[in-house]
Amino acid sequence: MECVQGKAIVGGTAIGTVCLHGQAPVDVKRSRVEDTERENERYKKARAQAAEELQQLYEKALQEVGEINAQIFEVHRMMLEDEDYNNSVTNMIMEQNVNAEYAVAMTSDNFSRMFEDMEDEYFKARSVDIRDISERILMHLTGTAKENKLQGDKVILLAEELTPSETIQMDKDAILAFVTHVGSANSHTAILARSMNIPAITEISINRDWDGKTAAVDGATGMLYIDPEEEILQKMRDQMKKEEERKLLLDAWKGKETVTSGGRRVELYANIGNESDVASVLTNDAEGVGLFRTEFLYLERTEFPTEQEQFQTYKYVAENLAGKKLVIRTLDIGADKQADYFELEKEENPAMGMRAIRICLTRKDIFKTQLRAILRASAFGNISVMFPMIASLWEVQEAKKLLEEAKGELSAEGIAYKDVEIGIMIETPAAVMISRELAKEVDFFSIGTNDLTQYTLAIDRQNQKLDAFYDAHHPAVLAMLQMVIENAHAEKKWVGICGELAADEKLTGKLVEMGVDELSVSPGMVLPIRKAIAEI
Amino acid sequence: MKSFQYVIQDPVGIHARPAGLLSAKAKEFNAVVKIAAGGRESEVTKLMAVMAMGITCGQEITIIAEGPDEEEAIAELEKFVRENL
Repeated sequence: MECVQGKAIVGGTAIGTVCLHGQAPVDVKRSRVEDTERENERYKKARAQAAEELQQLYEKALQEVGEINAQIFEVHRMMLEDEDYNNSVTNMIMEQNVNAEYAVAMTSDNFSRMFEDMEDEYFKARSVDIRDISERILMHLTGTAKENKLQGDKVILLAEELTPSETIQMDKDAILAFVTHVGSANSHTAILARSMNIPAITEISINRDWDGKTAAVDGATGMLYIDPEEEILQKMRDQMKKEEERKLLLDAWKGKETVTSGGRRVELYANIGNESDVASVLTNDAEGVGLFRTEFLYLERTEFPTEQEQFQTYKYVAENLAGKKLVIRTLDIGADKQADYFELEKEENPAMGMRAIRICLTRKDIFKTQLRAILRASAFGNISVMFPMIASLWEVQEAKKLLEEAKGELSAEGIAYKDVEIGIMIETPAAVMISRELAKEVDFFSIGTNDLTQYTLAIDRQNQKLDAFYDAHHPAVLAMLQMVIENAHAEKKWVGICGELAADEKLTGKLVEMGVDELSVSPGMVLPIRKAIAEI
Repeated sequence: MKSFQYVIQDPVGIHARPAGLLSAKAKEFNAVVKIAAGGRESEVTKLMAVMAMGITCGQEITIIAEGPDEEEAIAELEKFVRENL
């Protein structure tokens, strides 16, 4: 057995036969042409065919992997039209009397080297794009399509490097895993592999002798095992079994409505804490985002995120959700989440101290920046805003006032925004007790059961020694949920739950019975909860 | 000649797609549109050249337009840059 440590790109396990990707590079020979005009026309024709093909690939990718991932082919099409690239090819043909193939290959080398030499990983990776478009033109010039070895059994595909178009053109049902030498987590191939849900590892020095051997790929750890021992095989099989069970669940519940057997609809959203989590929201088929925690924008840095930076993030998430609801929770820093540049004083009891909306209403400039960013992003999707840690009516009124001020500023500056739904987190017993009054002020509630339980039972969540006393299903908490739901409904407002209880399958039936309108859970729990709801 | 300055906010800098869209946008105008950053300059319509400038997050860029419709070009490009970069 040979174990090779690579870099994990896309998780998942595979066992199968290795197939070395026929990386026979188009063999380009230099030859002299007399009729340079005609040769240049040949080039233009091949380029036009390549552009048309890219359009088809774009449409294929659009269907299979979604717009964001398909965009690379649109970019390639734009690159094909690049003036410098085309001038370079044409000049070589016209002035050096060389064949179009040679001119394209040389231009490709020059341009891709320019990117290879760059420092930034992202830009470095673009050299693959140059080679990709060049090879496409070459294929049309020579009339040779790349041989497709992939027929019959599923294989572990081994390649020095895969271009995005090679990745998308492959029959994904024929591939168990991608193993490459070159490729970063940023490469489009990685992005495509991720969206096709095929395990992928990179930074493996390819040994051509592996072709045809049995191998196991652990996409989560980045390990490649050639001729794996029984022990490893067994471990991999166990992993695959778990993954398979999960996939079955995915297949069975993906694309289905979230509805009880009695026909009651429940909105099933996901909680996310980073812009990159959007992908898992979509893969797990959540109907929206019920809680977008914005703390990551503020943590692990030395100064406040700018309005523009926040706007870009919110817009990115909103656009990727393509019209699905996105509930953005304003800053919930303080307590266990600290950032030095906020210069918060050390507190005896941070869980009950200066945190969340309390910071926002004290340091209104910080809050205003975030509100403006959220409002600006609202023009690009279906955004709601949600305020955390509410205990009093005036806090909501003050927060709404600041939101109105932000709207006024944007209007005066001629910047577009939409009217956003306004909600609050219900996570203090005080908010529960005055929920009828609070409901008059807002469009929705989302119950944060973690904090609500901690404050209701007076048990510190962080203290493991208190586990014996901590009862997530405590009747006091359940009675509070019931009260909040009734009060919200009395004011014709919707109520969701975004704490851990929302993903507690033992409680799903009860929550729905209580009348909850929405559950927001971690992306991986969306489908299990959809199943649990259907079984009610 | 019209111009504006802007500090790149996008975490990966001017990456392929926005560069492509920016270049397409610049082609809509008769004015010659250039981008300058870190002592280098390129025509915005030249996608690969713009990408090769390797403009990263936090870098300041200047967009300059010169030609009959420079005012309109700058207004449109500034809007695009603010929303996408």
